Formats: sequence, C-alpha cells, structure tokens
Amino acid sequence: MSLEDPPGREGCDVLVIGGGNAALCAAMTAAEAGARVILLESAPRSFRGGNSRHTRNLRFLHRKPTPYLKDAYLEEEFWDDLMLVTGGKTTEALARLVIRESEDLGEWMEAHGAMFQPPLRGTLHLARTNAHFLGGGKALVNAYYATAARLGVEIRYEAEAVDLEVENGRFRFARVRERGAERLVSAAACVCAAGGFQADLAWLKEIWGEAADRFVIRGSPFDTGRVLRTLLARGAKAVGDPRQCHAVAVDARAPRFDGGIVTRLDCVPFGIVVNREGKRFYDEGENFWPKRYAIWGRLVAGQPGQEAFCLIDAKALPLFMPSVFPPVTGRTIGELAANLGLPVGAVEETVAAFNRAVRPGRFDPARLDDCATEGIAPPKSHWAQPLDCPPFYGYPLRPGITFTYLGVAVDERARVLREDGRPCENLFAAGEIMSGNILGQGYMAGFGMTIGTVFGRIAGREAARHVRG
Amino acid sequence: MSADELLREAERVMTICNACRYCEGFCAVFPAMELRRTFASEELRYLANLCHNCRGCWYACQYAPPHEFAVNVPRALAALRRTTWQEFARPKRFSGLFRRNGLAVWAAGLAAAAVFLLWGALSAESGLWAARSGAGAFYRVIPYGAMLGVFSALALGALAALAAGFFSFLRQTGTKASEFFAPGHQLRALKDVLRLTYLEGGGHGCNYPDERFRHGRRRLHHLVFYGFLAAFASTTAAAFYDHVLGLPAPYPWLSLPVLLGLAGGLAMTAGLCGLMVLKARMDCEPADEEGRGMELAFLGLLLAVNGTGILLLFLRETAAMGVLLALHLAAVAAFFALLPYSKFVHALYRWAALVKNASEQSKAG
Repeated sequence: MSLEDPPGREGCDVLVIGGGNAALCAAMTAAEAGARVILLESAPRSFRGGNSRHTRNLRFLHRKPTPYLKDAYLEEEFWDDLMLVTGGKTTEALARLVIRESEDLGEWMEAHGAMFQPPLRGTLHLARTNAHFLGGGKALVNAYYATAARLGVEIRYEAEAVDLEVENGRFRFARVRERGAERLVSAAACVCAAGGFQADLAWLKEIWGEAADRFVIRGSPFDTGRVLRTLLARGAKAVGDPRQCHAVAVDARAPRFDGGIVTRLDCVPFGIVVNREGKRFYDEGENFWPKRYAIWGRLVAGQPGQEAFCLIDAKALPLFMPSVFPPVTGRTIGELAANLGLPVGAVEETVAAFNRAVRPGRFDPARLDDCATEGIAPPKSHWAQPLDCPPFYGYPLRPGITFTYLGVAVDERARVLREDGRPCENLFAAGEIMSGNILGQGYMAGFGMTIGTVFGRIAGREAARHVRG
Repeated sequence: MSADELLREAERVMTICNACRYCEGFCAVFPAMELRRTFASEELRYLANLCHNCRGCWYACQYAPPHEFAVNVPRALAALRRTTWQEFARPKRFSGLFRRNGLAVWAAGLAAAAVFLLWGALSAESGLWAARSGAGAFYRVIPYGAMLGVFSALALGALAALAAGFFSFLRQTGTKASEFFAPGHQLRALKDVLRLTYLEGGGHGCNYPDERFRHGRRRLHHLVFYGFLAAFASTTAAAFYDHVLGLPAPYPWLSLPVLLGLAGGLAMTAGLCGLMVLKARMDCEPADEEGRGMELAFLGLLLAVNGTGILLLFLRETAAMGVLLALHLAAVAAFFALLPYSKFVHALYRWAALVKNASEQSKAG
C-alpha cells in the first residue's frame, strides 16, 4: 500500500489517535497548551471511550484525605503494591514517574469535568487508594469529551487510523478511514493512545490457536490493536509479553464483546470449580478473591474446551455479588450436573469426595479462615464447606480477556522508542498501548487509568511543546 | 407494554444494574437495589417510585442501547411508575383516568368551567359581567354556601382517595405501616423532600433536559413546590379570616392571603413555565413517552389554576371579575377532582418511597 497519492489532505498540530481516557487527557492537555488538535475515535459516539467506558476508579498518590479518599497513599506503599502484582516486571523509572505524577490527580481531573463519589458497599477495600468516578467510566469519558470539545479539540467519530507514515523516527501523516472514504491527516506531532489488541480475534488466534474462539472479550470491540501493529511494523520497539493477557473467569453466557463488569463471577471461593469432565483442577480457596480472580481466566483457558463450571449450594448464594445471568439450578447435585450438561456420575463423585475431605472449622468469608480440605488434590485451603444444602447452583465459566500486555516502548517524555532505543521526535504513546512498560504482568485495580491519565498528560504536553518548537 | 411486561423489563434491568452498581452515587434507587438480590413485583413498584428521574444513570450507562443489554433505567422505571399509580388508585373504577389523563383534565376543566359560568350567570345579581367591590363581592357571584359545599366535598373526596391510595401503596410494595411511625425515618424523608436530594445527582445536578449536569430542574421544582405551599397557606389564611374573623374576601393587597397567594402564584407560574420549556427541550431517549400526556396535563392544569388566580387578583375590580372567578373556581375544582388521578400523586408516593428508603437504609446500617 502506498501512502502517497493522497485522496484528500488536511492538517493539524497534534493528531491524537484513540478515544479513551489516555487519548482525551492528551488531547485536552495539548489543546490547553495552544495546539490545534484532531482526535480520531474509531468507535461511533455511543461506544466511544474504548475500555475506559468499563472502568470505575483510578488510583493516585495523596498525602491527605479527600472527600472521596481516606487517609494517605504515599509513593513507597504505591511502589510496593506495584511490585507485588508485577513481581518486579516493570520499568522502575517509568513506574515511579507515574506514581509521582499521579499526586493529587483528582484535582486535575475535576478541573476537567470528572466527578467522584465516596465508595459505597462492595468497593470499601479500595476506599483509601482508589477514587471512584460518579457513574463510572462512561460518565468520566462523557465529561472529558465535553471538556475537550470546549477546548476546541476537533473530535471525529468512526474515524480509524489505518496506517501511519513514519520516516526515520519522524511521524508525517496518518491514513484515516472515515465514513467509507480515506484521507490523509498530517500533523506536526502524533499521540497514539488506541489501546491493546484484545478485540482482534485473528490476532488472538495467532497466539492461542483455536482456543481463542472461546474467549470472551470483556471490553470494547474497537480495541483491535491496529495502531499498535502499525507502530511495531514501522519500527517501534516492542515491550511486554506478546503472548500474555489479563484474563478473568466470566460467565460463559456473556456477550462476545463489551460485557464489562456484570459478567464477572465472584462465587469461586464459596464453591468448587470442575471442568467439563466433572473434575476439580485448582484450589478455589487459595486466597481472597480480589487477589486471585485474575488467575482464573488462564486456569479456565487451560481446561478442555476452555470451559469450567462453578458449583455452589444454597447457603453460599448470598455470599457474593449477584451477577447478571441467573445460575443453573438442580435439587440434587446429579440434577444440577445434568442441567449443566456435565457427566452426572463424575460430578457426583467429585462432590462426594470433596464433601468427605472438608475438615470442620469456623467459616468466615472476611478472613483466611480455617475451613480447609484434607487428603484431596487439589486442596481447597479456605472457605471449604460441604455442598450439602439444596438447591444447588451452577455457573458456566469461560476466559474473559480484559487487556493484552504487548505494547510499544516509550521514554519518560512518552516518546515512542525505535528498535535501536532512540526516541521518535514527534511520535508519542499513552495508555494501554504503552502500559506494558509499567505493568509487565498482573494488574492493580485502577492503575491502568493512572497510567493512561499520567502518560496522556505527558504525551499531550510534549506533543504541544514539540509543535511550538 | 402491559403492566406485567413493564415489571419484567424493570426486573431485567435491575438485575443487570445490581451486577454493575456503577451508578450507586447518583440517587437512592441503586443503594436500595443493592439491598436485594432478586426483584419481586412489590420491590420493583417501590424502586420505581423512589426514582426521581434525574437521568444520571442513563448517560453514564455502559449498557445503554445500542449495547445488546439495552439498559434504560429511567424509562423502565418511569413507565412502571405510571402503571403503579393506576394500580394504587382508589376507588379502582377511576384508575382508568390515568390512561387518558390529558383528555380527563380537559374534560374536567371544561365541564367545571361550564358549570361555574352557568351558575354565576344564573345566581349573580345583575349578571356575570358587572363590576363589584367590597367585602363578600365574590359571594355575590357564586354564593357562599355553594362554594363552601362544593370545595369541601371535592377536598374531602380527594383526601379520602389519596389516603386509600397510600394504603394500597403499602400493600402493593410490601411495606409495613409501622415503618412510617419512626420519627427518624420521617425526618430523613422530609429532608429529602424539602431539598429534592435525589434531583441533585450526587451533587452536580441532574442530566435534564440533556446530557449536561444542571440544577435547573430542581430549582424550578422548588419554585412550584414552595409556591404551592405558599398558595395553600394563603387559602388557609383566607379561610381563617372568613370563618373565624368574619372577614370575607376579597382582601386588600397588603393582607396575608393576597401576599402569600400572589407570591405562591407567581413562583408556581414561573416554575411551571420553566418546567414546560425544559420538557419541550428534553432528550426523549430516556423518557417514558406514554407518560408525557399526563405530565403536560398536570403542568397545564396547575398553570390554569395559577393564571386564572393571578388574573382574578389584578382584575377583581373590573367587570371581568365574575367570569374570571368562575374560571378560577372551575380550574381549582378540576384540580381537586383529579388530584388522586393526576401526576399530583407523585408527591404522595415519592414521599412514601422515601420514608421506606429511610427505614430500610437505617436498618442496613
């Protein structure tokens, strides 16, 4: 494909590719610095915002309590938390930059239209570290779009950057497909904030083979990674494991895309999980669910047919957040197994063996209690109670991909690095497309939004500075 | 959609919302929803009446259409709310008035106007079109006893019907009457009523008439609400002057009934006009289209009461007084007659839902 012979050409100072949190933060910052900004959102207006639509909070450093955050959350604790989830797979300079620049981010966000609320039931464990958006991520995105428009950012919906012209580390123009027509948009600087590739089913299949056909994509269908792929093809240095993604176990009845938060299931620690052969395969009570839910996507992906089934009894039903699909029920374990399409004998045997292995203890969902199994493999280390209280309930599980880790390497000014490590002069990246620099593995609630906001602002500021020379 | 379908739709939507809960900061509906795992008809009727239609949850919803979950909480609850008013209404044979509310208002208003005009024409000395002044001037158009009789009957009938409606609210939302006796719950609900807490959308206003957060609607509603209270106080003061002090209307400009009535009437008129303008501009996506007629009919009827009242005050010394009095009395009569079968009932059931909410939230801690 030749990028010459422009079908129609226009220009601006800063071109922002992407329409989520990071892109909006970059666009607002660049516009405030006086740049003429065009923002390309590939989704229609009603689905704008990428995966930011599905978020609900953001983690930031604060030395004092705020109306919506308790106490203080300081750099060293923040850093330790990051170490814990990434196991050290991070770039310390960039990670510390994000942490430091996140200080009192809430005030900047509020000045740009964001609204917060105190956390209510369900998210109290985040009350000190994470500020919750009133109405969630879509409300935040709505506010940012309104602010960006007021600042003069030209917003184009259903406009996809299908290719970028980059010469010797210098961005020249983008080929943009908009309402069936293609045109070239040139800019003095470009910010790529178009997310990961988790919605590109063909790409997922390249990595995971046929199994990918049974993955659920929790977020936006517009996060196809096209910009990421283009950057890598144009000589950007890759970062992050291309084969890894953040995946949780979601309800198998979830829509293929965009199911978001409501398809998650928090029942695992209160029951047992079997595969389609009716056998258990992992310790369901290893740790508190918020610390373990992120491994269950991969666990389920490793089972035959990439499916599993969580079985609970009536006494467990009130213990976890309700989910969107009603459980499959049965008056007996056998009936439940049959209704779930599982081998009845095998499931009955698994449950009977599990029930026999449960040792008495004091059940307490609020702590790592002493209800454990003995003499079975895999064990259940906590919250093990026999399934003996009918009716019985079952939820079918599938892997649900939240985001991918592969990204482009950047420096502290958000400049995209070339394969030889030198930075591009006018090409910047922010958000999920570069978060692999900081989150090499694992996840920490609300931290993707922190990276997107901090790097979005840096990219916007640096892009505008480049324009003004 | 039928009442059953509306209940099922509200149940579907609340089940999705309860797994999401991102909107819990907007209003009382979501925290009340979170106290439940399933949604029986009783609970849905209560939640529908707790919703103030601030629309924050519509614009914030990640599952709003064209998403396949097609969540539209304000519309689902508004439509259900409309049918619950019909179900609560007593006597039952009048509940159908909710279905053709615009027509009912016009019919009642015109019939009352005809009755009062005819009555005035027949009973007034020297005809309807003549200037009168001095104490008891109004009674020389419509006689004292007739006025007292008609309006006492209408007011008592409306009160009885509203009380019966309140008890069917209790029954059909599974609410114990004892929940209403705790002064603490009443106090909290009263604060929510007087402030319109849940039109504040978590502090930033509601998304009305469009996506932007604004306080306009809450302020206009305050004008109507407090204007209504002032007008009610004016009527009470006038009754006191007339029946206790023996001073029949009309009253001088600088008297309590006139000052309160004028202030209330102007406030209500301004508020009603503002609300009508907002309604004309509103984004219809989250609205219950079928309820629009009822809402406009109610705004229109209140506006007629106020407009004729204010005109009467300013023109009471002229020959138009008789006609204006008849028209004003007709508007007031239609308002009272339809009180239990018009959008007025939202005040009663919203208050009841707020008390129930105060009660269950205090139990939940």
